[in-house]
Amino acid sequence: MVLNKKKNKEKDESYYLASQWQLMWRKLKKHKLARISFVVLLILYLGALFADFIAPYGLEDFSSMYQNASPTHVYWTDEDGSLSAPYVYKLQRYNNKETWTVEITEDTSEKYYLKFFVSGTEYSVLGLFTCDLHLYGLVNEAGEVTTDARIYLFGADGTGRDIFSRIWLGARVSLTIPLVSAALSFILGIILGGISGYFGGFIDNVIQRIIEVLSAIPTIPLWLALSAAIPADISVTAMYLYITIILSFIGWTGLARVVRGKFISLRKEDYVMAARLAGVSNFKIITKHMVPGFMSYLIVNLTLGIPGSILGETSMSYLGLGMKSPATSWGVLLKETQDLVSVASYPWRMIPLFFVVITVLAFNFLGDGMRDAADPYK
Amino acid sequence: MSKDFLPALFAESDFGKGAKRQMKKYIGKRLLLFIPTILIISFVIFFIIQLPPGDYVTSYVAARIAEGETFTEADIAYLRQSFGLDDPWYVQYFNWMKDIITEGDFGYSFEYGRDVWDVIMDRLWLTLAVSFTIFVFQYGVSLPIGIYCANHQYSAGDYIWSFIGFLGTATPNFLLAILVMYWVYSATGSMYLGLFSTEMMQNGMRWEYVPEFLGRCLIPLFVIGTSGTCGIIRTVRAQMLDEQTQQYTLTARAKGCSEKTITYKYCLRSALNPVVSGMAHSLSSIFSGSTVSAIVMNLQIQGPVLLAALKSQDMYLAGTIVMVQAVLVVIGTLLSDIALAWLDPRIRFSERG
Repeated sequence: MVLNKKKNKEKDESYYLASQWQLMWRKLKKHKLARISFVVLLILYLGALFADFIAPYGLEDFSSMYQNASPTHVYWTDEDGSLSAPYVYKLQRYNNKETWTVEITEDTSEKYYLKFFVSGTEYSVLGLFTCDLHLYGLVNEAGEVTTDARIYLFGADGTGRDIFSRIWLGARVSLTIPLVSAALSFILGIILGGISGYFGGFIDNVIQRIIEVLSAIPTIPLWLALSAAIPADISVTAMYLYITIILSFIGWTGLARVVRGKFISLRKEDYVMAARLAGVSNFKIITKHMVPGFMSYLIVNLTLGIPGSILGETSMSYLGLGMKSPATSWGVLLKETQDLVSVASYPWRMIPLFFVVITVLAFNFLGDGMRDAADPYK
Repeated sequence: MSKDFLPALFAESDFGKGAKRQMKKYIGKRLLLFIPTILIISFVIFFIIQLPPGDYVTSYVAARIAEGETFTEADIAYLRQSFGLDDPWYVQYFNWMKDIITEGDFGYSFEYGRDVWDVIMDRLWLTLAVSFTIFVFQYGVSLPIGIYCANHQYSAGDYIWSFIGFLGTATPNFLLAILVMYWVYSATGSMYLGLFSTEMMQNGMRWEYVPEFLGRCLIPLFVIGTSGTCGIIRTVRAQMLDEQTQQYTLTARAKGCSEKTITYKYCLRSALNPVVSGMAHSLSSIFSGSTVSAIVMNLQIQGPVLLAALKSQDMYLAGTIVMVQAVLVVIGTLLSDIALAWLDPRIRFSERG
């Protein structure tokens, strides 16, 4: 009993001594949806980080035999029904001479076993050294690694590439572009919106006109013109940087307007006046007194901005302005599936859509949890 | 909801004579800034449109050569001269602007071989009607949902509505369009591609087509409309929750005000601030969002024309379409700023300087 009481008391004290961010963290941990979303995002980002390892095939690996192949059937039992190591069969195409259609069947003469930690396509780790270890792959009955048969967990695309591999390799682009561009536009938005709202007068007018001009121009011509200005023969990394900058260049104006509105209504508050009379510097008033006052709103805006850039990237790809195959992003994958034939005949090609939707949802729910956690009155 | 909501907003008691004068001065000032803003925008737009290398003659010649024709240097130079593409871009801009201001002439579309304004008028009203309907749909749907979610935080309704709103936002427009079209196709056996059926196009618009036309509007409305709802729902919910914990709400509750009054007269009024300032932005994202969806759904609105004009560098047509959209957004911004100043007296008075 005594021990229990003491423990409670310690807990209470740590609660009162906790900083604002520690309190936020505590409340965030209690928010169920936010917790789940956090785990989901963590898995996705770890997956993107180790994409080369998780993906059994590289970006340029394809097999014409497997064009539009459905997800590979993995067998767990032998012909006589007893449990076996998981194995798959090779696909084969043949012309049906009666109906004159191409039919795809499984060639059951040889089994290919699923094996973990096999060597496959080479890739470089952080540009330091090369490695060819993959999480899983197929070996033939003699135990040698083979690409005769393929294991496509999410099926294949129109050229016979593994959708599962492409999703993870594309995640590297699609999951980091939004983070960087959201951070960039967030910084721009707060600084310019803050200056505009806090100082007012001439600077305010100039910044407001700039914002008005930029946000009045619809994004499509901006995208087209800016990406047409990108040289055609640049590397994937440079393309990536350009896309990031284009997205953030367009994204900051909305936030700046909101920040300005907040600053205007806050700068007449008594506590800001008190801080100014006490001789606190402008920078400190903004960062210590005013911004925390609407931090929750900024967080909601930031987490909503990240999915916005994910979707922006897919739209850019759809219009043919983003990454170009064989470089892959989720936008490229979605662009390849955007016809009724894929939806109707090859539904597995829509799997990348689930990854986009889940990521966007997770960011939204996480932002929601953070908003509630940042609210000091709860 | 609307019965209590509207009088609470419109029957203003603190709107005295001084405030009115302040308001007039503010609106006057903003109107004065309107014309220079438009001029700067037109300049920036023209600059952006001519930014990609090459011009209409380049893409025209390239397309013709692909068809097997041959061009000499002299042909190309003659073409370029006859289109007035010889001059540097700022001279072209100046001439374009001069014609617009003095004669109301927006230039000539190379691609269509007609006056730009005629090409635009073909689709302008439909574009405006579609965009405006989507705009009203977005706010009409997401404001009540946002308020509901804030008043019933963590209830089943909060989760369900938020989830639906999220799904609409989380799915890229062009794929959502395809999925909805596929679903409609498998349910009804008809594609409902575009806003008009073939009969409508052949016979012209008649009253008996109105129901079908409205039915055809539903898919684009849903696809483009849902893309913006989530953001508004989130903002309204977050703001309402912020306001509900403020001291004045507590005071109002202590005085015995009904929850309705507190929600609609007190909290909502402050909560609308960021919502209203985001209105112009959502108008411009409707224009952009509808471009992508319109290509997929074959809508006869301006987006696809704009995209084609940008790609073939039909610069006066592209420039004018972007200008029309930009002017609308600027007007929207102006209206939302006026609404903001009127909603929030602090902004109105701060304009005194």
